[in-house]
Amino acid sequence: MFLPPILAMHIPDGFLSLPIAVIGWVGLIVLVALALRQGRESGQGTLGERQIPLMGILAAFIFAAQMINFPVAGGTSGHLLGATLAAILLGPWPAALVMTSVVGVQALLFQDGGLLALGFNTINMGILAAFVGYATYGGVRRLLGESRGGQLASAAVAAWVSVMAAALATTLELALSGTTPLGIALPAMLGVHALVGLGEALITVGALAFIQQARPDLAGQPAQAATQGTTWIAVGLLIALVVVLFSPLANPNPDGLERVSLDLAAQGNFDDLDTADDPADSESLAAGQAPAYELLPDYTVPGIDNEAVSTILAGAIGTLIVAGVGYGAARLSQRRKESGRMA
Amino acid sequence: MTRPYTMSFSLEERYQAGDSPLHRLDPRVKVVVALLLIVGVVATPERAWPAYPLLWTLLGSLAALAGLGPFRVAKLATVALPFALAAAALPFTLPGNTIGVILGLPVSDAGLARFLAVMLKSWLAVQAALLLAMTTPFPDLLWALTSLRVPAALVAIVSFMYRYLDTLRDEAERLIRARTARSAAIPARKSGGRIAWRARVAGGMVGNLFLRSYERSERVYAAMLARGYDGRMRLLTPPPLTRRAVLLGALPVIGLIVIEGLALLLWR
Repeated sequence: MFLPPILAMHIPDGFLSLPIAVIGWVGLIVLVALALRQGRESGQGTLGERQIPLMGILAAFIFAAQMINFPVAGGTSGHLLGATLAAILLGPWPAALVMTSVVGVQALLFQDGGLLALGFNTINMGILAAFVGYATYGGVRRLLGESRGGQLASAAVAAWVSVMAAALATTLELALSGTTPLGIALPAMLGVHALVGLGEALITVGALAFIQQARPDLAGQPAQAATQGTTWIAVGLLIALVVVLFSPLANPNPDGLERVSLDLAAQGNFDDLDTADDPADSESLAAGQAPAYELLPDYTVPGIDNEAVSTILAGAIGTLIVAGVGYGAARLSQRRKESGRMA
Repeated sequence: MTRPYTMSFSLEERYQAGDSPLHRLDPRVKVVVALLLIVGVVATPERAWPAYPLLWTLLGSLAALAGLGPFRVAKLATVALPFALAAAALPFTLPGNTIGVILGLPVSDAGLARFLAVMLKSWLAVQAALLLAMTTPFPDLLWALTSLRVPAALVAIVSFMYRYLDTLRDEAERLIRARTARSAAIPARKSGGRIAWRARVAGGMVGNLFLRSYERSERVYAAMLARGYDGRMRLLTPPPLTRRAVLLGALPVIGLIVIEGLALLLWR
């Protein structure tokens, strides 16, 4: 029995703290609403007519394609996550809906990932991965030109980057939930997924090359066809991630890795200093361990003290809200312009 | 023989046909109750140790009521255990009183407590999700989601996905069988090309599957159009939500509230 590498990304329930899980659900609801609206606007009339059967069947395709694996070494195997492939073939918004369906069914039908954790699972492996993959694909392709080789190389880079982005997001959410120490989990997760991403890149390129030969008309829209709004969404999500990732480092306190090594080296000394016998101290510790009643559990992820955690979280929520409001405003003004033109 | 091609623990559907009160319960109620149970489990104060066996008793009695066997559900719920790796570093990194040493690394009580709590919560939450999946046919789940304000278009996409899941899985298995058939191998000898070559073969299969799926979707769309499809999914009107169903659903929720209340007041 081997451990499917993809398993490392389907977060089960219990691993995300309640506030983090709720943020994930809010994010998912907003993003799915945007994706559905996007589909309605780009298609004629309602989303459905043609797109619903197509997206449904392609969601089943992604699910089935994840079964196709290839032996790598030592009993492990590589297989597809599919967000980048879907984004290249369908565009990012439809891909987001397709991947949402895939991850949702995995959770509902097979308990592959939790129901409460579904919000962030879908964002990580579906929506974020699709947008990051698509934006990377567009960016690299602009550099490499419109040749076939350029298209394939861009797809490879995009697939790898999207897997890394998903792994990064997963790790951050787990760390913010206090389930995993960032300093240890981040290098481990990114290291493993650098390899998983390589498999993803190879399969994505293989699939795209096949489709280029068999049905060139389907092998991805030209880079220009990218709607303008999509790139900045991917960039925005990435920036939010990077900011969240590096904000603890900007802290005057030692950074995560340093702190972990300190802790490991001097755990005993720390305990002595902590006056472990003091009942008040241990009581406050115990009270602090209960994550249910505060917006944020009173934990300390190595390298991030409490203030930093709330700052990070506030920053992340703020970014999401600002992005949402900005997007809504832009949409509204655009629609007003359009209706003005009609009148 | 284990099925070597499945990526997940099992692609078999979880639903177990039955006629228990849980099977007959309105799926809308079941979805809400399952979510509440999961939220409750996750929100349990970390060190309220007596709460965990009580929560399991609650879930186990529901499983017994559904005729699923509480221990079978409990065993099935270990599917998420490999993920424990993600939390495995906690006992060593969370500051707290050192209570032991493993492999030369000090183990803190706070870290160990959080690790155990995460594992227990995860295991209990999976049982709640399993109860829902094992007693509710997926189509029922879908209309329940529609009634619960999940966007109809998304539910329609998921229902198409569900309908073609097995068809496309069979396509994928045919492709895999074909690859196996044309790949001769001698045991204990290296076979096949380099990894990049193998990946290209797998990629070609994925591309192939995509085209088959895409073209199938075109045929499906044409066939639906011919039958009067206009982009709307017509469903039977869902049956009204009965008071009895709500009252039945309230029972486990009351149990949950009692347990969580005790946990908050006495065991935190």
